[in-house]
Parts: sequence; structure tokens; C-alpha cells
Amino acid sequence: MSINATLIGQMITFALLVWFTMKYIWPPLFDSLEERKKKIADGLAAAERGQEEILLAEKRAKGVLKEAKEQSSEIVTLAQKRANEIVEESKDAAKKEGDRLIVAAKAQIEQEIQQAKEGLRQEVADLALSAAEQILGAEIDKAKHQDIISKVSNQLG
Amino acid sequence: MATEVHAAEGATGYIIHHLTPLHAGEGFWTLHLDTLFFSAILGGLFIWFFKMAAEKATSGVPGLVQNFAEMLIEFVDNQVKDSFHGHSKLIAPLALTIFCWVFLFNFMDLFPVDILPLIGSMMGIEYLRVVPSTDLNATFAMSISVFCLIIFYSIKIKGPWGFAKELMFQPFGPWLLPFNLLLKLVEEIAKPISLALRLFGNLYAGELIFILIALLPWYIQPILSFPWAIFHILIITLQAFIFMVLTIVYLSMAHEDH
Repeated sequence: MSINATLIGQMITFALLVWFTMKYIWPPLFDSLEERKKKIADGLAAAERGQEEILLAEKRAKGVLKEAKEQSSEIVTLAQKRANEIVEESKDAAKKEGDRLIVAAKAQIEQEIQQAKEGLRQEVADLALSAAEQILGAEIDKAKHQDIISKVSNQLG
Repeated sequence: MATEVHAAEGATGYIIHHLTPLHAGEGFWTLHLDTLFFSAILGGLFIWFFKMAAEKATSGVPGLVQNFAEMLIEFVDNQVKDSFHGHSKLIAPLALTIFCWVFLFNFMDLFPVDILPLIGSMMGIEYLRVVPSTDLNATFAMSISVFCLIIFYSIKIKGPWGFAKELMFQPFGPWLLPFNLLLKLVEEIAKPISLALRLFGNLYAGELIFILIALLPWYIQPILSFPWAIFHILIITLQAFIFMVLTIVYLSMAHEDH
């Protein structure tokens, strides 16, 4: 229980331990702690920045979406308008074409009527002539009664 | 001093045998080999563990060893930051060394009192006292070292004259100079003595109780030694903590200029 030279030995050991701790143990461990603290703080700051950026991007995306919607509805409106125009145009064209066809058909019909009339007149004249020939026989000279025949054929026409 | 009594057999002999250190040399130049040996081994254990952690230290995800080392480092650093407001490269590592070393000293107390001396006696070692903090030399070695640091920093920070002024003129002003001086000297000298004796007293008493329990019949021993060991876990940590905190406080007082 007495104080003796052990004290000196213990003091030397103690001094060595403290020196070693101070030189080789405390600094690396403490630095790694500080560094990790910094890393974590940086990471948190970065995460916060990221969050803010996400908010901004969302806002931007919303704007773009809205613009796109507006544009598309504009395009749809234009397209509808154009479609209406085209329909109108084609309606007009069809009507014109129809009219033209009708006119042409009418002209043709007229022509055919004329032709038929002409044909019929000729035929009736021939028929009348042959009938008269048969009735009158040789009594009637075709040359003598030319004016009567033409008068009749004219009345028939 | 114990050798002559050692002849006594029975309980007294057992107790004295357990409290006698393995020594070599005469008079002041006696060396307590067991204290020196175990404290060096424990110091080596402390250094080895922390060196291992320090070598692998990364700021990334820490491993198990690093995690534990960092827990202690942060604990000590918080204690230092709480009471010491200056900047010092020494105090925190000093506090860490004290805490771990004293804790390991005290931890030796939790080994069954007979096991290490028994192993020792098998190897031909007659006396073995395994708890270094039950040796006044070990506790005083630390407290005197701390005392030297207190004096060193007081003079370094306040200057020789400033420190002398503090000793002479406080707390009662220049008219009561001798009284101040006496008071201050007692205050300063009480620091290492109280540090060393507190630790020594607690651990010596704890060890003594373990020895006394070991004297009882075997069927009573567990009933007493188990709660005492549990209680002792608290004491050994607490004593290490107190030694560390008081060291920090004393050194921060040395740094403060009034």
C-alpha cells in the first residue's frame, strides 16, 4: 500500500498512452467523425435542393402541359373549320357538276327528241304517202300532188 | 509490510494474501510488478483496439469496431465540450485515455477474485493483485500527472505572475495574502489527492468485499457476489467517468483567466 517506484513506472506508461492517443488515435477517428458530419449535412442540403428542383420542374411541367393543351385545342378548332370549308367546297362543286350534268342531259334529251321527231315525221310522211298510194293507186301522180303531200306532211310535223 | 503477517493462516491470511502485490526491490525502489504488468497490458489493449479503429476509420459507413470507438470518442468529446471552452489538442485524448484505462483497471475487479491468482500460483507466482486501481501507485500516477498538467497550463495560460497573483490575491483580496495562499495551495493539492484516493478507495473497498464474499461457504457466495458484481459494473464505470470529468474540469479551470 506504500507509495514507491511503481508510481514512476505508472506515470511513464500513462504518459506514453496519452501521447499515443493524442498522436495516432484521436485525430483520425475525430476527423472521420467530423467528415461524416459534413457529408451528412451536405447530403441533407442536396436532398433539400433536389426537392426544390422537383417543385420547380413540376411547375414547369404544368405550364408546358397547359400550353400544349391550348395549342392542341387551337389545332382542333382550325381543323374543324378547315373540314367545314372543304365540305362546303365539295358541296358547291358537286352541285355545279350536277347542274352541268343536268344541262347536258337536257340538251341531249332535246336533241334526241328532235331526232325522234324528225324520224317520226319522215316515217309518218312515208306512211301517209304509201297509204295514199294504196288508196288512190296510180291516180295520183306524185309529181302533180307534190304540194299537197308536203302540206300534209307539214301538218303532221 | 504484509510478509510478516502472511504466516497467519485462515481468513486473515487469505485476505492479506490477496491484498499483497507481487513486488520486487526494497524500500522506495520497490516495484509492484503486477500493477505494472496489468496496467501495461490493459493500456496495450486500449491502444490496440483504438488503433485498429483509427486505421480503418472512414467517413463512410462505419464498421462495428469503428462505431464503438466513435461512440466513446463522441461521448468524451461531448464531456470536454461541456466544460472546456478553450482549444486544446491534449485534453480530449487525455480524457479518453483516462476513461478507458481506468475503466479497464476497474474491470479487472469483475474477474473472480481467485482465478487469476490461482493461474499465477500455478506458474509459480506467489502474490498477484490483478486490479491496478487498488494500487495507490497507479491512481496517484494518473492524478499526479494530471496535477502537473494543471500547473503547467496554469502557468502557460496565465503566465507565472498571473498564476502567482491568483494564488495570492484570491479569493479574499491582497490584504489576506497568507490566508489566500494557504487556501489556494490546499485547494490545488487536494485535487490530485482526492482524485487518486477516490478511485483507490472505491475499488479497494469493492475488491475487499469480493474477497470477503469469497470467504463464505460456496452456496452463499453467488447470492452475494452476483448483486455486488452487478452493482460494481455501475461503480467501475462511474469511477472512470468521475476521474475523467474531474480531469477535464480541473484543466479547464487552469485554462480560465480571471
